[in-house]
Amino acid sequence: MAITAAEVARLGELARIRLTAEETETLAPQLEVILAAVATVSEVAGDDIPPTSHALDLVNVFRADEVQPSLPAEAVLAAAPATEDGRFRVPRILGEEQ
Amino acid sequence: MTDRLLDYDEALATFDPVLGLEVHVELNTASKMFCGCANVFGGEPNTRTCPVCLGLPGSLPVVNAKAIESAIRVGLALNCTIAPWCRFARKNYFYPDMTKDFQTSQYDEPIAYDGWVDLELDGETYRIEIERAHMEEDAGKLTHAGASGRIGDAEYSLVDYNRAGTPLIEIVTRPITGTGAKAPQVAKAYVAFLRELMLSLGVSDVRMEQGSLRCDANISLRPSSTSPLGLRTETKNVNSLRSIEAALAYEIRRQAAVLSSGGRVTQETRHWHEEGYTTPGRSKEQAEDYRYFPEPDLVPVAPSAAWVEELRATLPELPGIRAARLQAEWGFTDAELQDVVNAGALDLIEATVAAGATPAAARKWWLTELARRANEAGIELAELAITPAQVAAVQALVDAGTVNDKLARQVIDGVLAGEGEPAAVVASRGLVVVSDDGALSAAVDAVIAANPDVAAKIRDGKLQAAGALIGAVMKDLRGQADAARVRELILERLA
Repeated sequence: MAITAAEVARLGELARIRLTAEETETLAPQLEVILAAVATVSEVAGDDIPPTSHALDLVNVFRADEVQPSLPAEAVLAAAPATEDGRFRVPRILGEEQ
Repeated sequence: MTDRLLDYDEALATFDPVLGLEVHVELNTASKMFCGCANVFGGEPNTRTCPVCLGLPGSLPVVNAKAIESAIRVGLALNCTIAPWCRFARKNYFYPDMTKDFQTSQYDEPIAYDGWVDLELDGETYRIEIERAHMEEDAGKLTHAGASGRIGDAEYSLVDYNRAGTPLIEIVTRPITGTGAKAPQVAKAYVAFLRELMLSLGVSDVRMEQGSLRCDANISLRPSSTSPLGLRTETKNVNSLRSIEAALAYEIRRQAAVLSSGGRVTQETRHWHEEGYTTPGRSKEQAEDYRYFPEPDLVPVAPSAAWVEELRATLPELPGIRAARLQAEWGFTDAELQDVVNAGALDLIEATVAAGATPAAARKWWLTELARRANEAGIELAELAITPAQVAAVQALVDAGTVNDKLARQVIDGVLAGEGEPAAVVASRGLVVVSDDGALSAAVDAVIAANPDVAAKIRDGKLQAAGALIGAVMKDLRGQADAARVRELILERLA
């Protein structure tokens, strides 16, 4: 499975990681090795092994619809780099025309 | 707003519209989807959050059983198949309203799929196919700091995470074809139907103005009903039934103008503005890549057939059936009932009838006078500052002969203006019909004397001329007279 530098650049964009051309070139073959290693799993798994997304063989783990106490707003906001009017203050949002 | 628009009829003569609707419904569970924080609207910002809905490292979500139940009941009511096994998935994107940088949603394994609903509109039945109804969580609420309150010129934004983690059901239709010029009305009727349905299921308070029912309206145009689908736009922020109709009609006209001049519709998200137009938002040319993958923090949901049947047994009388029952009780024609349903007035009329008005009177007030006022104010009928009981009281005043229809409209003015109950408005505005024949006779005599030509015509048998004199008398008495009685008095005198 060949990974191109352009694909790495796109992944970087999606993950909001700024990559230099040099880095995309370096990372492409490295990602290829990782994917190949993971792909060997499918060689081991026979047709009788269904794909899984969870280590536990459980379904329907639910909680009752009951309200539990929330954190105090002061405690929540204390962790924020910036706040205003009881809200988290975030930098200008770009990439939206409206 | 600089969009070129084609005339609506011309647009529809040239193109065939195809709709697609995505409706988000916030569930009215007591707690959030994956944590125990209270699920209520508004309140002081950031007072209903915890490590889970703030996405703090190490926190683990646990699914709210009631939300699953509600999702299954909605799926069943939409004639969907309920998935015997499905999973949540992470939808990855970066936006400050999502603390985790992903939304917990469902991707290729929705809990309900392949359903349908039938809508009646102007005597036609439209079948809307439901592709899927899936579960997900709502995001936080952003406030943009800046003069316009819009994101484009905001210096920064503020986030309240009270809403983050509210359980949502997203209901997605398959492409809806064959609606022609009725496309905007079908869309509106569909959302009105969903609103009624959610209310009857008791799973959401579906208050569009509070965002607990939100609609994204997709539409594309194609040259004919046999052509392949055209490029579509998705209009967001459409938060009332009226806006759905208006936004789609606008997009039809705008896209038709683009296509007619040889252009190409840009596949994009557009924003609806209540002033009556849409503007472009995010372009969808770069197909969103959300890198969905199964949520490793949650185990699959596998509703047993027995549980699904148990939930099916809890389904209430569904809106179509309820509407049919009320139609029979009220003696409305099919067309009358459809008008009521499409105006979202079924509950209002039911409550007005319960408060003592006849069904016909209740329908008359809500669908004419009050519908006109809601229209003028750009709000929903239910948002008018008058209750069904007050409407019934106005009609009772008419029935008692205290006011006539014209005065009754002034009573409604007063109630809407916050002047109190109908009887109080009648008293404070002095809106009583002049029933004293002495005062009426004097007014009639004065008008006859002032209009000898008209009086002569009536004496010659041209009774239709009496209208002019009745109008003049009513005007002199500021509308506070019974027009039928005025007519009698005029004809007596000119016999």
